[in-house]
Amino acid sequence: MNDITQGLLAALRLIVAFDAELWEISLRSLQVSLTAVIIASVVAMPFGAFLAVQRFKYRRLVISIMNALMGLPPVVVGLIFYILLSRSGPFGAFGLLFTPWAMIIVQIVIITPIIASISHQAMRELWAEYHDLLISLNTSKWQRIKTLIWDGRRNLLTAGLAGFGRAIGEVGAIMIVGGNIEHATRVLTTAIALETGKGDFALALGLGFVLIGLALFVNISIHWLSRTEREGRW
Amino acid sequence: MFPLTLSKLSVRRRGKTVLGPIDLVIDQGGPTMVIGPNGSGKTTLLRVMHGIERISEGTAEWAEPDHANHAYVFQSPVVLRRTVAENLSYPLRVIKRAKPEINSAVEYWIEQIGLGKVANRSATRLSGGERQKLAIARALIRNPEVLFLDEPCSNLDGQSTREIETLLLETAKAGTRIIMSTHDMGQARRLAADIIFMKSGHIAEKGLAPDVFSTPQTPELQAFLKGDILE
Repeated sequence: MNDITQGLLAALRLIVAFDAELWEISLRSLQVSLTAVIIASVVAMPFGAFLAVQRFKYRRLVISIMNALMGLPPVVVGLIFYILLSRSGPFGAFGLLFTPWAMIIVQIVIITPIIASISHQAMRELWAEYHDLLISLNTSKWQRIKTLIWDGRRNLLTAGLAGFGRAIGEVGAIMIVGGNIEHATRVLTTAIALETGKGDFALALGLGFVLIGLALFVNISIHWLSRTEREGRW
Repeated sequence: MFPLTLSKLSVRRRGKTVLGPIDLVIDQGGPTMVIGPNGSGKTTLLRVMHGIERISEGTAEWAEPDHANHAYVFQSPVVLRRTVAENLSYPLRVIKRAKPEINSAVEYWIEQIGLGKVANRSATRLSGGERQKLAIARALIRNPEVLFLDEPCSNLDGQSTREIETLLLETAKAGTRIIMSTHDMGQARRLAADIIFMKSGHIAEKGLAPDVFSTPQTPELQAFLKGDILE
């Protein structure tokens, strides 16, 4: 209990004092995770809608694989991408290892199946509702996908936020490919792991509370900006 | 585009025949009311004619191959999760009409159905009657040559039913061919020019409305018009 109180106080001290390092790693956490969520959403959301609308031979298999990939172990993803991005690996020439872009890439790989699977579930329900109408109106396949994405935007937002939650709290993979380098690739989760290792639980907890606050702030801001809970158009 | 000819047409679902075999020719005229007890195949027949139901055997052919200008109103109105105005504009946006044309059509139809005050509200917040009126206006906004309606007034109160019937009669007068299913005999008498009576997936009787109502030929239709329960 004492540790938690000290952690809260440490978090308050860091925030009130405008601690430069805290701001730096918080902003980097946001930058990495939001970039990963945006890129993953651009791929995963239309893919989820496509799977809802289109019937093809191995559709069930694709859905099963996509759902199974939701449980990808981040450490293994990190390890694979470490090998791929390391100097002797096939993508070593790009020099991405131990950069924020390596962290973004592994986060994309981890959260794309999550966003795609939740999107697919939402789009499938909406498609069941819209199916007859959209067929009756002679819409093209692309028009159907666009309609589902637009009208299901509220549920897709939830899918995006689920991906963001997973990304911002991820530590194993980004530790491996990012390296937790001060002023370069250190983010909140890797800083928490470092401070815990050093035995500074109060600071680790303080960073943890900042991380929770940041995740809540982004969630609430996105809901507020997109007016999901307001009367009217939604 | 007429006639629509159904030849030896059957629809089977999970090995069970739910419609047919049916031979039917639909020509200009109408409104045509498809009547019959629940489960008699009225909805399946309308869906087949509109082309949204898979045919197991036989054919459904229009005289002209290009028969895309149909519209269909479902028994439970489907509204898009958009505003009332956006629901109305959707069918025109699908066929890429120009914006000024879309705006004037939406303005016209929104006033026709009396939903001008809620034009910018979500359609999901409308009442059952308002939703059905919106669904009919959305179907009519493309000026379809044929309008199929599947029991559009079931679950609606008297005033909404009257408003919808008035709208349908005006639409028929303006030249749209109406083919509609109903199990409300009063409605069939008010609207129908001709009748198709369905029983157990077959057309049991058809003819001009006054003849069918005054001198029904089959015992099934006689029983149905008397209000007996048909199995």
